[in-house]
Amino acid sequence: MTVAEVFQEISAADFFYRNRDIAGFTSPSRSIYSTIRELVENSLDACETGGIPPDIYVRLSHESGPLDGPGTYIVRVEDNGIGIPSTVIPSAFGQVLYGSKYKLRQTRGTFGLGGKMALLYGQITTHSEAAITSSTGSKSRIAEVVLRIDIQQNKPVIIKNKTRTNKPHWQGTIIEFKTEADYSRAMPRILEYFKQTAIIVPYANITFVDPRGRLYKFLRGTTKVPPAPTETSPHPHGVDIETVQRMLKLTNAKSVQEFMRKNFQRIGETTARKFLQFASLGQKKNPRNLSAQDLVKLVNAMKNYDGFLSPDPTCLSPLGEDLMETGIKKELGITDQEIQSGTAFVTTLQRRPATYAGFPFIIEVGLASSKQIEMQGKILLFRFANKIPLLFDEASDVSWKVVDTEIDWRNYKVIPGETPLAVFIHVCSTKIPYKTVGKEFIADRPEVEHEILNAIREVGRNLRLYLSKREHLTQEKRRLDVFEKYLPKVAQFSTKLAKEKREPDIKPLLKGVIKYGAEEEEEQE
Amino acid sequence: MVQKRKKSKSKGIIKERKEKVLSAMRDLGGQVYGQLNKKEFPTFRMPSRSIANILYDSKTRQYILGKRTVKRSARNVRHLRPFTQLLWTAMFADELTEQNKTSTLRDVFYSAQAYEMDFQDQQESDNLITDLETVTGYSREDFNVYPEERSAIFGDLTIEYTVPGYEGRRLNLASHPDGVMIGPALTTSEFIQPDSRKVDKVIAIEKGGLFTRFIEERVHQRFKAVLIHTAGQAPRATRFLLRRLNQELDIPVYIFTDGDPWGMHIAMVIISGSANAAHLRELNTPDAIWGGVWATDIVDYKLPSDPLTDLDVKRLNELEKDPRYAGGLWQREIDTFRKVKKKSEQEAFSRYGLTYIVDEYLPKKLKIKSN
Repeated sequence: MTVAEVFQEISAADFFYRNRDIAGFTSPSRSIYSTIRELVENSLDACETGGIPPDIYVRLSHESGPLDGPGTYIVRVEDNGIGIPSTVIPSAFGQVLYGSKYKLRQTRGTFGLGGKMALLYGQITTHSEAAITSSTGSKSRIAEVVLRIDIQQNKPVIIKNKTRTNKPHWQGTIIEFKTEADYSRAMPRILEYFKQTAIIVPYANITFVDPRGRLYKFLRGTTKVPPAPTETSPHPHGVDIETVQRMLKLTNAKSVQEFMRKNFQRIGETTARKFLQFASLGQKKNPRNLSAQDLVKLVNAMKNYDGFLSPDPTCLSPLGEDLMETGIKKELGITDQEIQSGTAFVTTLQRRPATYAGFPFIIEVGLASSKQIEMQGKILLFRFANKIPLLFDEASDVSWKVVDTEIDWRNYKVIPGETPLAVFIHVCSTKIPYKTVGKEFIADRPEVEHEILNAIREVGRNLRLYLSKREHLTQEKRRLDVFEKYLPKVAQFSTKLAKEKREPDIKPLLKGVIKYGAEEEEEQE
Repeated sequence: MVQKRKKSKSKGIIKERKEKVLSAMRDLGGQVYGQLNKKEFPTFRMPSRSIANILYDSKTRQYILGKRTVKRSARNVRHLRPFTQLLWTAMFADELTEQNKTSTLRDVFYSAQAYEMDFQDQQESDNLITDLETVTGYSREDFNVYPEERSAIFGDLTIEYTVPGYEGRRLNLASHPDGVMIGPALTTSEFIQPDSRKVDKVIAIEKGGLFTRFIEERVHQRFKAVLIHTAGQAPRATRFLLRRLNQELDIPVYIFTDGDPWGMHIAMVIISGSANAAHLRELNTPDAIWGGVWATDIVDYKLPSDPLTDLDVKRLNELEKDPRYAGGLWQREIDTFRKVKKKSEQEAFSRYGLTYIVDEYLPKKLKIKSN
């Protein structure tokens, strides 16, 4: 051991370069999945912010190396979103932890990190730059930027930056760069990702051209885009000392009371006054001169005071019951005809907003039953968080816990693993309680768990009705089948046994049983 | 061929029976056919075979079915399948009987599949055969469905075949020293009335070894007996044959079994029938005599023995309460078994030499006039 250690400050980009595992860039197959996912999600956000039904085009082309192992690929993602101003592009793509996502509202990513990680990974594995083309509207010029990231400095290195006229009145962003990938291994996940994204973003057209030249098209089922979430200030239950300290540094409020009103959501004069009495802090104190003790006192009081209004849910952007139904139907191939004839079933439900630890959240669930759903011995679960499909670590997720251990499916006439059933659970929040940085599964927060449980119970009642009716119809059909199969045989055998020549006419008898069946059904309903 | 015509003076007993069987099945078909023609869902009734409806009839000394009946209706979705299966079974049996072909229970199961009359398993098709027996009152052997198990007969008795290809041909049952297998052909044969100086009794034997010994020791001549090997529990065809020998030839039947509760019950089923066949008549021989081996024989002859097992004792307790065992001899033997806690096989007499059983034991036992 040396006595003196060398302390070295590292840049944010450097930090993530050294710790790329935590952002989902562990191997060439996992990385290409993460790359596509991050880029597609940025594109979807860019469209939804502008209320634009997304048209996303993704192309992955093989550059060099083996096709059945890690090689060099070119990834290209195009969208028709709001675009990025040419002045912002270098920082937005070339500087880690720079982005538009620091305010409180529901978006897919949180730190503006993922897209840049994808670029960073491409750069370090292929030693090449990224090309970004963007236009913020039909009237603005098209910006074309080629850049790379200076990892140690966490700064963009601009290789080319120019603008050109926008004759086709195009709006959107195109990003293209080389990266290392193992497509043959990642393919199933990537396709599953697109399919599930098409469920949870039913208003998007998604096109994917894979390295083997195959075209996958996921067409939108509606052009209705859910309203974009509004930005809100934090809720006092959802902040920590560090956050409050930063807010105090930036505020121009003259008193603590004013600080509370201006920087937190849903706090008026009365609430602020009552809260400060509870915290036993002077109302007029200058927020910039709070002692360390007072700061701790203030933040602790925020956590313990229960007189605040609950968090504002307008910053959330759930999908909505109709859109969710559209997504499920189109990707599971369930037609309205099937639903009307009772051979398939879809139900969706949006719960009222709830909160955990100062963060609002909304649970949306859906259940679908249809013969197209293939059962593999367990309940088929689709998990989503802020309109992102979660594909990994199902067994650790709170939704799986509820579906697998807390719901007694027999109460809903479901035989787990046999009754064709798909369960969809969507958690929307300004802060999804992920268990790990990998953002693949949600922790079992009691509030969230409780909401999921209640949501499934609620839709479960519809499912039970459907399955009972279906069971009854099946039984009825089976009953008629028995008569149709055996009565002709009774006629045949008895004729032969009685040494008669002409078989008796059994049609009137068959008619009789059908009529009787109809009566039975009426009784049930 | 010409000779055959002359011989059948009246219709033989077997032929008469066959006609009755055919008409019973035709009646069933006619009933269903008639209902269908009237645009009615066909139904029929038959005696219930539930345990509660199986009664012991002390007059005929056998189990019979009581007055309860069950209705099978083609109107009822749960009945329709077995209803159709029964008709199919009847049709199948009708064809068999008419064409003089025989079949096994296993055949029935497979033949059904040709008519898309799938039986779930052998058990289901066996049950349907039993249903047909119940409806018609005839045993499956009457409509030419035979089980696999076979027993044998030997003695100076001549039979006349009725099976196709052998009609009118005769066979003396002493012509083969291993005995003659009691299969469909023998079961449907007519007896030629024997000379009473040559045959005046039947001896049924449980064990094959002893059956052969009896033939070797010329028991059939020395005791004027027809010998039958039951091969354990006597098959129905054999029980039917024993009854015919007893009634048509008017000669007594003696039964010799192992000296244990199971052997005792082999004799009892020949005498009083089984609960399983309560829906059938004319399978038992009420006047047949159980000659041994009795529990008291084990004591009297000091036979080599084995101790009774728990299972044996349990069986004795069941038999004690069985109405068929109400008679004095039976209760006495059950008591004795329990007292001495021993059982002996028929072969145990070999202790006194191979012929002791024929020379000493059998003559004594054949003096018994009834149990």
